[in-house]
Amino acid sequence: MSFPLLTAVAVLPAAGAVATAAVPAAQRTLAKWLALCVSLATVVLAAVVLVRFDPDGDRYQLTESHAWIADFGVRYELGVDGIGAVLVALTAVLIPFVILAGWHDADTADDEKTAETPGRRWRPTQGFFALILAVEAMVLISFLATDVFLFYIFFEAMLIPLYFLIGGFGDRAHQHGEEEASRQRSYAAVKFLLYNLAGGLIMLAAVIGLYAVTADQLGEGTFSLQAITEARANGELDMATGTERWLFLGFFFAFAIKAPLFPLHTWLPNAMGESTAPVAVLITAVVDKVGTFAMLRFCLGLFPEASEWATPVVLVLALISIIYGALLAVGQRDIKRLIAYASISHFGFIILGIFAMTSQGQGGATLYMVNHGLSTAVLMLVAGFLISRRGSRLIADYGGVQKVAPVLAGSFLVGGLATLSLPGLAPFISEFLVLVGTFSRYPVIGIIAAATIVLAALYVLVLYQRTMTGPVKAGIEGMADLRVRELAVAAPLIALLIFLGVFPKPLTDIVNPAVEHTLSDVRQHDPAPDVEAAK
Amino acid sequence: MSTTQSLHSLWTSAAAEPDKIPSPHIEYAQLSPTLIVLGAALVGILIEAFVPRRARYNAQVVLAIAGLASAFAAVIALALDGYGTTKAKIAAMGAIAVDGPALFLQGTILLVGVVAVFTFAERRLDPKKHGNHVDSFTPQAAATPGGEAEREAARAGFTTTEVFPLALFAIAGMLIFPAANDLLTLFIALEVFSLPLYILCALARRNRLMSQEAAVKYFLLGAFSSAFLLFGIALLYGYAGAVDYSSIARVVSNSEANVDPALAGTMGNDALLLIGGAMILVGMLFKVGAVPFHMWTPDVYQGAPTPVTGLMASATKVAGFGALLRLLYVVLPGLRWDWEPVMWGAAIITMLGGAIVAITQTDIKRMLAYSSIAHAGFMLAGVIATSEDGVSSVLFYLAAYSFVTLGAFAVVTLVRDAGGEATHLSKWAGLGRRSPLVAAVFAVFLLAFAGIPLTSGFTGKFAVFKAAAESGAGALVVIGVISSAIAAFFYIRVIVLMFFQEPKVDGPSVAVPSPMTITAITVGVAVTVVLGVAPQYFLDLAGQAGVFVR
Repeated sequence: MSFPLLTAVAVLPAAGAVATAAVPAAQRTLAKWLALCVSLATVVLAAVVLVRFDPDGDRYQLTESHAWIADFGVRYELGVDGIGAVLVALTAVLIPFVILAGWHDADTADDEKTAETPGRRWRPTQGFFALILAVEAMVLISFLATDVFLFYIFFEAMLIPLYFLIGGFGDRAHQHGEEEASRQRSYAAVKFLLYNLAGGLIMLAAVIGLYAVTADQLGEGTFSLQAITEARANGELDMATGTERWLFLGFFFAFAIKAPLFPLHTWLPNAMGESTAPVAVLITAVVDKVGTFAMLRFCLGLFPEASEWATPVVLVLALISIIYGALLAVGQRDIKRLIAYASISHFGFIILGIFAMTSQGQGGATLYMVNHGLSTAVLMLVAGFLISRRGSRLIADYGGVQKVAPVLAGSFLVGGLATLSLPGLAPFISEFLVLVGTFSRYPVIGIIAAATIVLAALYVLVLYQRTMTGPVKAGIEGMADLRVRELAVAAPLIALLIFLGVFPKPLTDIVNPAVEHTLSDVRQHDPAPDVEAAK
Repeated sequence: MSTTQSLHSLWTSAAAEPDKIPSPHIEYAQLSPTLIVLGAALVGILIEAFVPRRARYNAQVVLAIAGLASAFAAVIALALDGYGTTKAKIAAMGAIAVDGPALFLQGTILLVGVVAVFTFAERRLDPKKHGNHVDSFTPQAAATPGGEAEREAARAGFTTTEVFPLALFAIAGMLIFPAANDLLTLFIALEVFSLPLYILCALARRNRLMSQEAAVKYFLLGAFSSAFLLFGIALLYGYAGAVDYSSIARVVSNSEANVDPALAGTMGNDALLLIGGAMILVGMLFKVGAVPFHMWTPDVYQGAPTPVTGLMASATKVAGFGALLRLLYVVLPGLRWDWEPVMWGAAIITMLGGAIVAITQTDIKRMLAYSSIAHAGFMLAGVIATSEDGVSSVLFYLAAYSFVTLGAFAVVTLVRDAGGEATHLSKWAGLGRRSPLVAAVFAVFLLAFAGIPLTSGFTGKFAVFKAAAESGAGALVVIGVISSAIAAFFYIRVIVLMFFQEPKVDGPSVAVPSPMTITAITVGVAVTVVLGVAPQYFLDLAGQAGVFVR
């Protein structure tokens, strides 16, 4: 038996989480370094996965399959396709930066509590980093699971560590003081959990329904993606149209909450606003990608006809997300909520690309997931550094930062420009592909979506102008520029954005064959270029 | 002779001609689990009578645990011998079934019983009174609450060690209840386990009045439901001319050839069958705490001493659902079209009612009571599946649920302030800061109640919903999922309270328990996690136990 590489990728951070949590209370620096080293080791393993993955080989590679809960037809099945591979890489790459950026986030909680209750076993620092690694492990396994039930379990279970990260280690900067911040924080955590739990439970009904259908038609219930796809292909499994649509809706509902898609998005601004910047990055850049990834893999893969049936509605909702998110971003007074609404707009683009059902659209959507992760990470983490200096999230409290902290302002600008998809930076390529892919099938939607890029320019540039340019405001004088640790977070991410903006081929090579598989699931082909009509 | 032969059973043989009373043939080996527990209970009474007061506690604890453990060993031996599957049979002249479901449920009840006895025996939580260790039970139950006699008893260091034999009697009754194979044995078993529970409910050391009120309420409503059950049994006897399950089932499905001349006027009268069946269902639904027969649950759970609540919430539910399953699957399968809509209705209002009302609760024990109602609803969804899968899923759910419940109530006993257990929810604020470990353990139990994956609660919920969906009850699954979402809200609220709110200045402290409560809680956590992560072995066990002997 070969080395279970995919299991190792997920187990490593999980083991790291346990080890970090077990570090004695007094040695919190040790806990931090331990978490960082584990996350870096995970990057190495993820790189091995990426190298061993053959883009032109089988659809799912490095597969592992073991019996787990035979009674439910559940198997422990892992496998990686091109889309999963790049998202595994994204997750593994982002976590060390999240840890590094959040190096001191739990310290204040730690100091307060040890002062209050000396000698107790309350260890916030250890908990903070252990929870981050736990989330990483669960996200990784969701990207790798090819068994619907296995995916579902971790899709749901990851809510719990995230819930504690949002509620327990939230942002302490609040204009109405610590108590209000604490109230807002637990409100955001509960809202996050209830939204996602409700989505997950609806999905549970659909998962059970899927089992009932396969048990009914195949004689034995199964959750294996490959088994179901095969059975569909050779006609053994033929879902009734109504059943398929209900099941699709159950799955899509959960993913649309996670992604998040208008009108199920309202938990995101609260969660991102009240959590610390690294946790906000964890939510939007890593965890939410599971939602869009699952639309590609499970909604389209399991229910192709229902996906086609739902396409018009989904496209309209995605378009509303794009415009509505951008408009609300323009109107925000809070930096982190602004970035949250910008993310909602971007998730609209990703979903638009997925449901355009063209190879450019879906390839672009996959790239978009990666690039949005990187650009949001830069913007949000640098914003976090800024906020930690001034102690306020309000845009109005800033001004002229570029005079006192030019490197910080510059990094923020690059992150912002990436967010508005400036050519030369990575997000441009993915946004372009999504728009081209949408336009070739739905020209009107493509045109409207393209027009909203103007709004993106508006919210990013106005944000930059108000906070960074102009006269230096009170409270900004003497603001320190990025420290070494902070530079170590911002610089590599910016380098990645530029590199992938100029040379995206390594990613597209992996993603494109995988997208072809997904398109063949839904039995779609790119519309042939119609030269006559163009004349 | 054949007409009277069909009437013969343990209970009705006396009705035959005096010279032909057959000597009852009892399979002692197959009945050994129950007999061992009953024997231990009797010895327990003798200990109360003859052993000096100061030695009683140790003797009772050792006896109770040894009795339950050896009964469990007997269950295992019977199961290994094949009585759960191939050798399943009806023993004691048709009174007791020895089959898969019975053995599985008896094993569960015995394990739960052992853990419950651990919590009964805890004596380190309260501070010492007059130099004596005290437990959760009143020093003298017969004394007026707050009266001189009670103070004197406390000063003398009396303890109510009778709770152990009482618990053993209750557990013995619960062992018979799901195995009962005729209606009269069912009724006797019900009384055998209910009466000790009524007494146990009244024995709380603190809040004596509330405890006694709970006992009276429980007794009155329990007596009501017993009356319903008994009336239903009488009507069914009139309908079928028999009290044993298989004979009734034969009459229901019209395959009974022998009509008893004495009952010719009533036998086969459908009105008797329907009314009698409905009344028996009322009695059973009362015991499992299903809406609309749930009214007693919150008051009794709140007033009873917490270890007793733990036993009631777990073992009683196991026994009640076991008996309900056997009734519906063995006696009334021919009536399925009649009882199914009723049970659908009961399941729906139980799931939704329990979950919605729990939201407004401010007392942790009341909240857990309503949560137990919601869980009864989930299990009813599995009962309705009327398939082998349905039975085994409910069996699994019962095992999973009872350990979570027992663990949760054991944690409740630890959180205390000057007035004893601090059960008001507001007092739990910030518990995660003061005692992270206890709060984390309780959070695990809450997440299991909420059905979060990787806990036993999720596996159980998935199993019953899967069985329901496969039998075509998709709508029930959707409602179940919606109530789970509602229920998640109040479980999560307690976690928020414990971890995200500032501790109160005069908040409760967590008592350091003896190894016994620690064991109880550890077992609860271990079962919760193991059944969540690697449930296959136990699902197999429940799967093999899914067939009732007829």
